[in-house]
Amino acid sequence: MAEHIVSSYDNDLQGLRQRISEMGGIAEKMLVDSIAALVRHDKALAQVVVASDKRLDVLQREVEENAILTIARRQPLAIDLRETISAIRISGDVERIGDMAKNIGKRALAIGDDFQPQKIVVGLQHMGDLVLAQLKDVLDAYAQKDTAKALDVWKRDGAIDALYTSLFRELLTYMMEDPRNISFCTHLLFCAKNIERIGDHTTNIAETVHYLVTGETLAIDRPKNDRSIDTTVGIGA
Amino acid sequence: MSTIALNTSSAIGNAAAADASAPVRIAVKDLNFYYGDFRSLKDISLDFYDRQVTALIGPSGCGKSTLLRTFNRIYSLYPEQRAEGQILLDGQNVLSPSVDVNELRARVGMVFQKPTPFPMSIYDNIAFGIKLYEKLSKSELDDRVEEALRKAALWDEAKDKLRQSGMGLSGGQQQRLCIARTIAQRPEVILLDEPTSALDPISTGKIEELIEQLRSEFTIVIVTHNMQQAARISQFTAFMYLGELVEFGPTTRMFMNPVKKQTQDYITGRFG
Repeated sequence: MAEHIVSSYDNDLQGLRQRISEMGGIAEKMLVDSIAALVRHDKALAQVVVASDKRLDVLQREVEENAILTIARRQPLAIDLRETISAIRISGDVERIGDMAKNIGKRALAIGDDFQPQKIVVGLQHMGDLVLAQLKDVLDAYAQKDTAKALDVWKRDGAIDALYTSLFRELLTYMMEDPRNISFCTHLLFCAKNIERIGDHTTNIAETVHYLVTGETLAIDRPKNDRSIDTTVGIGA
Repeated sequence: MSTIALNTSSAIGNAAAADASAPVRIAVKDLNFYYGDFRSLKDISLDFYDRQVTALIGPSGCGKSTLLRTFNRIYSLYPEQRAEGQILLDGQNVLSPSVDVNELRARVGMVFQKPTPFPMSIYDNIAFGIKLYEKLSKSELDDRVEEALRKAALWDEAKDKLRQSGMGLSGGQQQRLCIARTIAQRPEVILLDEPTSALDPISTGKIEELIEQLRSEFTIVIVTHNMQQAARISQFTAFMYLGELVEFGPTTRMFMNPVKKQTQDYITGRFG
């Protein structure tokens, strides 16, 4: 893309991209650390995750303010307008991803050393790995304006939903087995839900990247495999 | 008739969405224009739709004003300028020597960048043109002047000073007076050559509001250097560069997602 005649315009847009890139890095690390803290009962790491969220909030506010100023000052059009609007949307999604990771961190602190069934932990870790790959890929897609990569992320979210549904079933079963499991199982359920929600935000970002690059919006219906809504576990069956 | 893919249905600003099913009012075919030996329009072919606003954009010297000036043959005031090709207004080639240019200019009205009121009263500014073509009684003429001033959104401001000089109006009012003068001829097409570039934002707003209202009756072609203005008020946009038509399409698409790189570079301020 050629440079603007007004070079400070390029600096404005570059500033938005840089902040989003920094936000992406922080969110990735928060996601990795929050799951590690949960799995390893690492309270110190959980504290770090909770504390990291502040910077993300600050950056998100800066992106929003600068994008609004860019619109007011320069009345961007075409690719520049899409870039500015995309920055607002993506920073919002990444900020929410940070909130979810922070929530996992808080739950890791709350669960403490409570018993955690190995099978569930492995499931959560696996889900976390899938979502982390999604997040990395979608941030790369944004940086490289690679709509094929973004589309790939968008399509892959179904696998995460399916995994979430199976974890949901598993946790319900543990809770029914022994009411003493309910407390930590609920926390783990929320953690799984948070990870699944992070996956949804990566698909939002993928949609935004597609719009940014092509100017077209993706179909409303994305492949989904979250069946937890229909899931029941028979009592006394 | 040409059909244009509308891939974005929502309109920018308050301008209505482009209606590519509207009949073609002006069809430009293989138009070339020369200032002496210099070819300033190169094989332009372009349709202008009935009761739609079409904006012509492009850097200075790209030929947009030249194109505008061919529609009513105002260029023919200068002997070294000539146009080749066809401009079909309702199917009739306006470049044909048999066309009466005075009648043509009544059908295709024009408003310029700087307001150009005649040095006479507000009333006479409007009545002058009508009297050239029509014999009307005093009361009929009064009605026509009022109608034109109302349509140009100037009646309320001017009704008590119709006998005062048009030169005493503000710049924005003068420009609306020029639009009223054009409307009074009951033209089919109105050509606007940067009509707001010499006006303050409030007067500009009034002209833009006026253009939106006039669209229900007239086919409007506007040359503007203000991208946002083109995006706000037009349904179709043509981007020209170095005498060529680079891209033409519904305004929403042209400003959100242009097809040609040159168009994108120009509207985003990247044109070197």
